[in-house]
Amino acid sequence: MGIDPVTPARAARVLLLALIFTAAVAVVTPLIGPSSISLTKAFRGEWPDAQMFFGVRWPRTMLAMLAGGALAVAGVLFQALLRDPLATPYTLGVSGGASLGAVIAICFGLHSLAGLPALWAAALAGAAVILVIVLAVAAEGRRLSSFTLLLAGITINSVVTSLIMLLHNLASVGQTFAIVHWLMGNIDPVDAPTLIALAAIILPLCFAVCMAARQWNLMSVGEEWAAARGASPQRLLLIGYVVGSVLTASVTAITGPIGFVGLIVPHALRLRLGGDHRLLMPASFLAGAAFLTICDTVARSIMSVEIPVSVVTALIGGPFFIAILRSKRRSLWL
Amino acid sequence: MTAQYRLDDVGMRYGEAEVLRGVSLRFDEPGLVALAGPNGAGKSTLLGIMAGLRSGYTGGCFLNGQSVPHWQRRDFARHVAMVPQSLKLDFPFTAEQVVLMGRTPYAGGLFESPQDWDAVERAMQLTDTLEFRSRDFRALSGGERQRVILASALAQEPRALLLDEPTTFLDLQHQLTIYDLLRRLSREGLLVITVTHDLNLAAAYSDRVVALRKGQVVADAPPCDALSVEKIREIFNVEAEWLQRPGGKAWIAYGD
Repeated sequence: MGIDPVTPARAARVLLLALIFTAAVAVVTPLIGPSSISLTKAFRGEWPDAQMFFGVRWPRTMLAMLAGGALAVAGVLFQALLRDPLATPYTLGVSGGASLGAVIAICFGLHSLAGLPALWAAALAGAAVILVIVLAVAAEGRRLSSFTLLLAGITINSVVTSLIMLLHNLASVGQTFAIVHWLMGNIDPVDAPTLIALAAIILPLCFAVCMAARQWNLMSVGEEWAAARGASPQRLLLIGYVVGSVLTASVTAITGPIGFVGLIVPHALRLRLGGDHRLLMPASFLAGAAFLTICDTVARSIMSVEIPVSVVTALIGGPFFIAILRSKRRSLWL
Repeated sequence: MTAQYRLDDVGMRYGEAEVLRGVSLRFDEPGLVALAGPNGAGKSTLLGIMAGLRSGYTGGCFLNGQSVPHWQRRDFARHVAMVPQSLKLDFPFTAEQVVLMGRTPYAGGLFESPQDWDAVERAMQLTDTLEFRSRDFRALSGGERQRVILASALAQEPRALLLDEPTTFLDLQHQLTIYDLLRRLSREGLLVITVTHDLNLAAAYSDRVVALRKGQVVADAPPCDALSVEKIREIFNVEAEWLQRPGGKAWIAYGD
C-alpha cells in the first residue's frame, strides 16, 4: 500500500477532477425538478424556462454550492484545530448562536433589522455574540488552547440549545412551526445581491484558509508540534476559530443549520486523500458544494412535497459514508 | 554556526510545586549531553524551556546570546528542533508527510522546494525510515514512529537537537543505532541534549552528563565523574557499581 505525497501535480490532478465533477453538478441540477427545463430555451430567454432556470433553480444551486463548500471547509478547519475527527462547524456554538438569534426574531415577530431581513440579521448577531463569549470563556485567565476552546464551545452550545428549547416551548403554534422550519435548515432561493454578498464572504475566506494549509497540518498534529516548527498555535487557534465561525455563521444565517455536510465530506475525503490539508481543504470545498447541491436537488424533487435538506444529507450521507469506510479500510488512499 | 545555550538562574513553578530552581548551565560547544535524574526532577520542563515551548519561568534562557522568547519563531525553529517522547496522531498522515512537516520553518510557499525534498530524503536515510515512507504513521510500531519523529526534527536541519527520552519505545538494536546516530551528529557540529533514564547509554555515548534532582543541578561533568557510585546514590537513591568488562567499556550495575 503506497501513497504519494501532496505535490503540485497530484493536487492539480485531484482538484481538476473534483472541479469538473462539481461544475457538472452545477449545470445539471438546475435542470432537474417537477417541471422540465430546456437549457437552450433558458439561454434564449424564453418564458418560462429562462425565469425558472435563472430566477429560481440556478440561484438555489449556487446557494447550495456556497453553503456546502463553506460548511465542509469550516468542518475540516475545526477538526484540525480541535484535533477531533468528529468536530463539526456546529461544535463550537456559533450556529447555536445563529439559531438562538433567529428564534428570538421569530418569537418577537421582527421583520427587518438594520435593513436586512430580521432572521438573517438576528442570526448573524446571535452568532457574533456567542463567538465573543466562547473566546472570552476559553481564553479567560489562561492560554487559549484547543482544549479550553472545545470545553467553552461545547458548554455554551448546550446552554444556547436549552435557551432555544425554552423559547420554543413558550412560542405560539405559528411561531413554533416557523422555529422548527428554521432549525431544520433549508436551501430557499435568495436574490442575486444576497448570493453575491455571500460569495464575497465565503470565497476569499476559503481561499485564504486553503493557502494556510501547512499551518493546519501542524495544528492537526499538536500545538507543541506546531510551536516547535515555527508556528504560533494561539494565534492560529484564534484566527482559525474566527474564520471558521464567520463561514459557518454566514451560511447558517441564510439556510439554518444543515447537518452532516461539515462532518461527512471531510471524513470521506480524508479516507481517500490522506490528512494533508493542502489537498484536503480545497477538495472538501468542491465536494461539499457538490454534495449539498445533490442533496438539495433530491430534497426538492423526490416527493411531491419538499423534504428538509438536512434529512437528505443524513439519509444519503450516512449509508454512503459507511460504504466508503467498509470498502476502503485497507487501501485508504487515492 | 553552532548553537550555544546559556541558562541563568532558571526557576519554574507549577502552582505550589517548584519544578526548577536556580538552574545555571552553559552549552558552548557541540556534543552529546545526557540529561539525567529521577522522575519529577524537572528534566522535561528544562528541555521545554530550552525549546521555547514553556513560558512563565524566572531567570534567563539564551540561545546564541538572544533570549529564547525574543527569537522569531520560524528562525528559532531553524536552529532548534525538539523530539517529544511520543506522538499520537488523530489524522492519516504518512511517515513521509510527518517528516515533511519539519520543513515548515523553511516554507516559502504552499509546496516543498527541491532543497526541502533533499533534506527530507537525508533525514529519512539517517534514521532508516525510508522503507515505510508511504505508510500511515498510525500503523507504524512504536519504535518506527519514534524514528520518524526524529527524522522530522532532523529535517529542520537544526544546530541544536533536544530529545525527551527518545529511545523509550525502541528495541535494543535501535536504541544503539539512534545513539550512534546522535553521537555522529554531535561530532559533525550538532549540540544534542537528550533526557534519558538509561545511565549506561548516557555513560557509553555522552560527552557530558547533567543531572537534576528536585529541580536543581546536582552534577554537570563527564559521565565517569557525574555518574560515580556516590553521585548515583545521591541522585537516584540507589546503590550502583561500575563493572569493568574485559577489553570493553565499563558497565554500571544497579541494585543488590
